[in-house]
Amino acid sequence: MKPTDIAAPDYFHKVVDCQWACPAHTPVPEYIRLIAQGRYSDAYMINWKSNVFPGILGRTCDRPCEPACRRGRVEETPVAICRLKRVAADFKDDIKQRLPHPTAKNGKRVAFVGGGPASLTVARDLAPLGYHCTVFDGDPEAGGMMRTQIPKFRLPNSVIDEETGYILNLGVEFKGGHRIESMKALLAEKYDAIFVGSGAPRGRELDIPGRKEAAAHVHIGIDWLSSVSFGHTDKIGKRVIVLGGGNTAMDCCRTARRLGGEDVKVIVRSGFEEMKASPWEKEDAIHEDIPIINFLVPVAFIHDNGKLTGVTFQKVKAEYDARGKRNLVPSGEPDQTIECDDVLVAVGQENAFPWIEQDCGIEFDKWHMPKVDPKTFVSTNPKVFFGGDAAFGPKNIIWAVAQGHDAALSIHKLLSGEDITERPLPEVHVSSQKMGIHEWSYDNDISNDKRFKVPHRDKVIALKDIRTEVELGYDVKLALGEAERCLNCDVQTVFSTSLCIECDACVDICPMDCITFTPNGEEDDLRHRLKAPSPHPDQDLYVSSDLKTGRVMVKDEDVCLHCGLCAERCPTGAWDMQKYFIEMTYAGSTCPTKSRSAA
Amino acid sequence: MTYIAKPKFHHPGLKKNELGYTHRDYEGKISTLCAGCGHDSITASIIEACYELSIEPHRVAKISGIGCSSKTPDYFLGNSHGFNSVHGRMPSVLTGANLANRDLIYLGVSGDGDSASIGFGQFAHSIRRGVNMTYIVENNGVYGLTKGQFSATADRGSKSKKGVTNTDNAIDLVAIALQLGATFVARSFSGDKSQLVPLIAAAIGHKGASFIDVISPCIAFNNHAGSTKSFDYVREHNDAVNRLDVLVGRDPIAVDYAPGTVQVVEQHDGSKIALRKIDADYDPHDRLGAQTFLAKHAAKGQIVTGLLYVDPDAEDLHSHLNTVETPLNTLEADTLCPGSAVLDKINASLR
Repeated sequence: MKPTDIAAPDYFHKVVDCQWACPAHTPVPEYIRLIAQGRYSDAYMINWKSNVFPGILGRTCDRPCEPACRRGRVEETPVAICRLKRVAADFKDDIKQRLPHPTAKNGKRVAFVGGGPASLTVARDLAPLGYHCTVFDGDPEAGGMMRTQIPKFRLPNSVIDEETGYILNLGVEFKGGHRIESMKALLAEKYDAIFVGSGAPRGRELDIPGRKEAAAHVHIGIDWLSSVSFGHTDKIGKRVIVLGGGNTAMDCCRTARRLGGEDVKVIVRSGFEEMKASPWEKEDAIHEDIPIINFLVPVAFIHDNGKLTGVTFQKVKAEYDARGKRNLVPSGEPDQTIECDDVLVAVGQENAFPWIEQDCGIEFDKWHMPKVDPKTFVSTNPKVFFGGDAAFGPKNIIWAVAQGHDAALSIHKLLSGEDITERPLPEVHVSSQKMGIHEWSYDNDISNDKRFKVPHRDKVIALKDIRTEVELGYDVKLALGEAERCLNCDVQTVFSTSLCIECDACVDICPMDCITFTPNGEEDDLRHRLKAPSPHPDQDLYVSSDLKTGRVMVKDEDVCLHCGLCAERCPTGAWDMQKYFIEMTYAGSTCPTKSRSAA
Repeated sequence: MTYIAKPKFHHPGLKKNELGYTHRDYEGKISTLCAGCGHDSITASIIEACYELSIEPHRVAKISGIGCSSKTPDYFLGNSHGFNSVHGRMPSVLTGANLANRDLIYLGVSGDGDSASIGFGQFAHSIRRGVNMTYIVENNGVYGLTKGQFSATADRGSKSKKGVTNTDNAIDLVAIALQLGATFVARSFSGDKSQLVPLIAAAIGHKGASFIDVISPCIAFNNHAGSTKSFDYVREHNDAVNRLDVLVGRDPIAVDYAPGTVQVVEQHDGSKIALRKIDADYDPHDRLGAQTFLAKHAAKGQIVTGLLYVDPDAEDLHSHLNTVETPLNTLEADTLCPGSAVLDKINASLR
């Protein structure tokens, strides 16, 4: 193998698994260390810069970081990264003074369709640069799906008000209750750019017999949730069936429990493991006495002259074909009818753009989705950008934020007369953390603690009021314990070939057997000659240039604890622990000397 | 030294030996020696050898004297018996323990000061008597704990860190061990675990006095140009006569060397050593030849390493003395002390 180029910004970035997995590339270990130090406001600001909604995401994020967390490969469970983010939001001081201040306008106007996470992120990035941002939303308040679809017992209004407020106070104009009905009309208003962040607002229908007749008691999940959110709906029947296995289904069933549903069931076509809902959301539903029943496909709504009485299901089983693809096939058992008073249909969401006229210069593909460049987020109309669920279909808030940052950069470059396909490289800082002979600026002693549980409110109290938040969040002590579990993967092991005397001290001390000195070879061959097995080929090998004996140093990054013992035991300083910090490129932070093509 | 304890986590894919232990289970406390000390590599090699042999830690007694090397038993086999004895007195304590309980595996760990200076006599007599043990000298040619004076194994003409030339002749412990009748004699280098680990494993399997001289560079005081015990010097002058694999019982290691160059030696405990000859003329069963070979190469400034001499049919002190096979601690009181009538009888037989 060739010697690893650690100067390439992606190499060390990939080692910070959580940050690499986060669509917005939040510097996770950095803010977790700040939490451990009690510097909650600093931790919050790092998050705010990167993911814009720390308090909201700290309660609702889908956490792509956690399955990636190295701790999960070392012991059973990853660090509770998401809930630590909430700790930063919960315990911070007043941070208003640290936010950007509204600046003099630069005369350029940008319109936003929809006031959800994608639009607000773009506005957050553009407003401080002097753009006049106008956000249109059909709902009276900003937040989009964060406000309408996520139940209040998971995400209180106060948190949404605070974090949307930070953005609107940057001088962003919010036009609530103003739904954009025509793209053509909007284009005619001569905005310099338009950002479409209108989400995926349509719940998928379940068109089976009885749907029309029983319509009064069959509700589309996201519409029903939003109706509950605005207080239009405040009760439901005693026996409720929720159809669907995603996170919306979990929100529906838990909401139903709080509005009078006593016998609430979630019924899913697939098996339990394949359900789209996050494991922790399934756990929370089960904890509230909601059974999840699998392998049942709804075939008809049963009604008594238009009054819903139940749902009939076909029983299926999973079969796997030669390619390992799963098919649900009828099990041959008789159909089953389950009685109920109400049904909530949460079988998916779709995009809908009835308001974009065909002659706006915005082309759509065969799935009726706008043609959007995945790096710049521009549509076929060079002034119109898409982001969030509106661009590539339903995903999570954190994706909307990440796409918002990129779209903001594109808009800023467009309106500065630059080529939007030229994307400036992120700025990377790497600095030694050595403080003394065996002293580092980070806590390198590895905690053996298991993941700490987030305290929940007593179930009896929680189920009484739909606005009572269920999760209480970590207290300071639990937060410190959980923060200590972080392995500081951003503090990198950096090897200098010229200093190494091949004494083996690092090999001997490494608790994870990560380091091997061996003759060089091709990657597959090298992976078989390492001191410990290498089961994750997606985790890089760090390979040195040739040493004095003709061998090379190979480090499997896979399960390195970043404990720094290799560097402590190295007599010549050939190993050093250096903190890697990457500044993602945002609108306005352009660095003209370094760039890479978007293609 | 390092302030934190070595993390308990280990690689999730670590192999386990017959007892279900990983090599991490054979560790001791974290080393307090200087960073990069060759002794830590010897520690790691002992850990590896005991792991590979699936030795039950409670069956090992590790005994040492005084010095950097003699601290190391604290860093391996944390669940074994240990005795950190007086300077140079490891061989006596080991001999005594061995006589009292022959069922344990005895690891004597010493250094060049402990064995070639203050304990030279003790070293000589334990070898001479054929105590069943693995005697390891962690040889760095320098008194590290007292800041780098030449030790008795420092080569004449080699230079100290400050540039002073050594004018005394060196004691070659391997040559002495051969002369005193050790039945397993080897030399190795802390920077070459692939050679050292099987040597330690083979020595543990040997019944009789096994002696291994391990050159172990002192990073702080003896790893400079002019030293003959530095990493660079040893790597340049290392003349390995053979390489070996230890084949343990049920799971033999496949030997894929060219035919005709491998010699299998069966040891008393049933284990086998597969010796791969590097020097075709070297015969590890010829004590006299070994002594000559060593002397010739030493004169050329070469460091001969490998398994230098082995007598697979050796006897140990217990067979010489015809002692009881049962460890003394499991004998009943009336057996241990059969009473005055028996004593009178013995006394009468000696009159």
